[in-house]
Amino acid sequence: MSSSAPTAMPLTVALIGNPNTGKSTLFNALSGSAALTGNYPGVTVEKKIGKMRCGDRVVQLVDLPGTYSLSPRTLDEMVTVDLLLGRIADIGRPDVVVCIVDASNLERNLYLVSQVLDLGLPAVLVLNMSDVAKSRGIVIDAGELSRRLGLAVVMTAAHRHDGIDSVREAILAAAAAGPPPRPEIFPPVFREECGRLAAQLAEWGRPATPDYLLGRLLLDVGGYLETHAVNGKARELQHYLETARGRLGAAGCKPPAVEARVRYAWARALLQGVAARPTVRPATFSDKVDRQLTHRFTGLVLFAALMLVMFQAISTWAEPLMEACKAVQASAGGVVAGLMPAGPLRSLLIDGVIGGVGSVLVFLPQIVILFLFIALLEDCGYMARAAFLMDKLMTHVGLSGKSFVPLMSSFACAIPGIMATRVIENRRDRMTTILVAPLMSCSARQPVYVLMILAFIPATSYLGGWVGLQALVLFGMTCLGAVVAVPIAWVLKKTLFRGETPPFVMELPSYKWPSPRLVFTRVYHQAKSFVVRAGTLIFATSIVVWAASYFPGDHAAADRLQTQITASELDPFADATERERLIVRCNQLQSELLEHSLLGRFGHLIEPAVRPLGWDWKIGVGVIASFPAREVIVGTLGTIYSLGGVESADDAGLQDAVRSATWPDGHKVFSLPVALSIMVFFALCAQCASTLMIIRRETNSWRWPLFTFSYMTALAYAAAFATYRLAIWLS
Amino acid sequence: MPTLDTLKPGESACIAEVVGHDAVAVRLMEMGLIEGETIEHLGAAPLGDPAEYLVCGYRLSLRASEARRVQILKVPAAS
Repeated sequence: MSSSAPTAMPLTVALIGNPNTGKSTLFNALSGSAALTGNYPGVTVEKKIGKMRCGDRVVQLVDLPGTYSLSPRTLDEMVTVDLLLGRIADIGRPDVVVCIVDASNLERNLYLVSQVLDLGLPAVLVLNMSDVAKSRGIVIDAGELSRRLGLAVVMTAAHRHDGIDSVREAILAAAAAGPPPRPEIFPPVFREECGRLAAQLAEWGRPATPDYLLGRLLLDVGGYLETHAVNGKARELQHYLETARGRLGAAGCKPPAVEARVRYAWARALLQGVAARPTVRPATFSDKVDRQLTHRFTGLVLFAALMLVMFQAISTWAEPLMEACKAVQASAGGVVAGLMPAGPLRSLLIDGVIGGVGSVLVFLPQIVILFLFIALLEDCGYMARAAFLMDKLMTHVGLSGKSFVPLMSSFACAIPGIMATRVIENRRDRMTTILVAPLMSCSARQPVYVLMILAFIPATSYLGGWVGLQALVLFGMTCLGAVVAVPIAWVLKKTLFRGETPPFVMELPSYKWPSPRLVFTRVYHQAKSFVVRAGTLIFATSIVVWAASYFPGDHAAADRLQTQITASELDPFADATERERLIVRCNQLQSELLEHSLLGRFGHLIEPAVRPLGWDWKIGVGVIASFPAREVIVGTLGTIYSLGGVESADDAGLQDAVRSATWPDGHKVFSLPVALSIMVFFALCAQCASTLMIIRRETNSWRWPLFTFSYMTALAYAAAFATYRLAIWLS
Repeated sequence: MPTLDTLKPGESACIAEVVGHDAVAVRLMEMGLIEGETIEHLGAAPLGDPAEYLVCGYRLSLRASEARRVQILKVPAAS
């Protein structure tokens, strides 16, 4: 090979490994934290690409999802294989594959390595967590392993940045040396069948199929390739494969069992004399911790305590930060208001732009706190235990223990909850969890409940003052979504996401101290990806809703009043009663403008539809205006009832206003049944653009946010109607 | 032949065969549950299922429905 010129071609390096091997730590150590994330087209698999330098070469480092094997059963799993075969257009065939394995668990990790070697790519083997292996008495002769495999073997402790430079050197060397010899681990009869299959496919006019995929076609009974790879000849292929597998079975190589047998046999033979596993596994610190954390009693108590702290953190600790966000937003609005005359541009800047940015940033505290917890729990190895503890509970709705933490987080806010579903590798389970997560009663529903409860639920108490009716109603509303989610999840698993129960075969990794660097990087990436990829959509929604509530309409009179009010507020000698009069007049104008805006007209338009729920057009407008976020209804009702911008749900003025609101014929709009119907509607509806946008981002499709909005709105409508009717009938 | 789900906490067994060729069976084999391997039951989750096993030197969680797919030969507990 000629010596590399200074402008050497950039290298593409793929990083692959089992889950819990420290793959992300190595990725971060190699590439720094500046990674680009996205989705591969058409699937939910996250694409993560970093840049690094190896000597004078620029390297594009592709982080593949953690996996135990390369036997694709789903489209998501096929992406990894396609990438390694160079079939993902914008990435190209990797020049080197870096296989990271857990040095303390070599045998099982080598299963994936043997599959990677079958791909015939230059490779580097990284034995990570070599310090842990050493402490467990596992001795590995890396030099001998390297000689037997014919490729570079590097020992690292990635969390301590040990051995990272050696990995870089090994990548360059591997790129120059070319692919290592392919171990012939399958018996000759299998290789003959591969040849026969290739000939058959060629006869059907298929372009040459990579050797690895020929093997997969024979081995993966009911796998992805068998059902998707060959268009037009599906039945013939199926038939051919059945006969071929029959022949292999007769020769003592029955798929799929033959693969595990020969690969593990290869791994054992390879490790003979290279790695010594102590015959008696020493009881480690991790084992002792595990005994407590998975214990029948202490395990559950500690889990409950941990969840309580986490929940408290997302809902309460985030509060001051969210308040600070709102305060910054308000003062930014104040600054703009001081600099500009009242008019459409000022309104766009304050209510549209600043409001829109604020509605994105306000989620950041919760996202950061939740992901701090999740990253810590995952990195120290507890996350798998949480799934282990809660699995039985979740199987009742057809999900697995991995859905528990995302769903519980959704009680604080569905957005970090939905982002947390990435830990669920099964697509059907993940989709079901995403679709029911918005039903959990998030903190944005509280203001609606508080307004309605304070205004309409009598403050009676029972059991000598221990149980209040208002608290009971609030509790009932908070539980409603979760209760409804049970049958919904069950139905989704039986209809849209039905299929064989996914295996819950899960490794319980050893406990270790979390790496601050990794935790920080993960939290940073989550926050960044939320702001960049969901934030823009949330922002756009805010602008659209602002425009619908502003146009059409002549705001000149209201703007003039606004200017007068501001001037009067600045003038210490101004007449206070005169100012009150101006404010009342201005609020009235604002209310009229809202009524005649697009939003208001739409509210009138849908009045016949919301009448059966006991609502008038004003509530209809409030519901539509709260599409960006549920709590917006409080402010909108404030504007409609000519109170100006109402800040909080326990505003006595707003409570009085809703209590005294009347229909044109004079009877009261709001009654207990109406209040209950509004609360039930808000408990179940999808009035949260941010949630819908995050669903779009996580599922990589517009179909699922649309579906979520439709099913939740229908559900909310039906339940609100039933509640209204039932409450009227009862009273 | 007895199956893995009948193993009691603390007991060990030798794996004979994983039954079937669906996703569950393939995953079990990929995770190292192959003929001749020793497996030990470490204990069940607080709600009774899944259970924790030691195989190939690492800890694995299996539901009873999955453990039922693994045929075993019971070996007397090591003293």
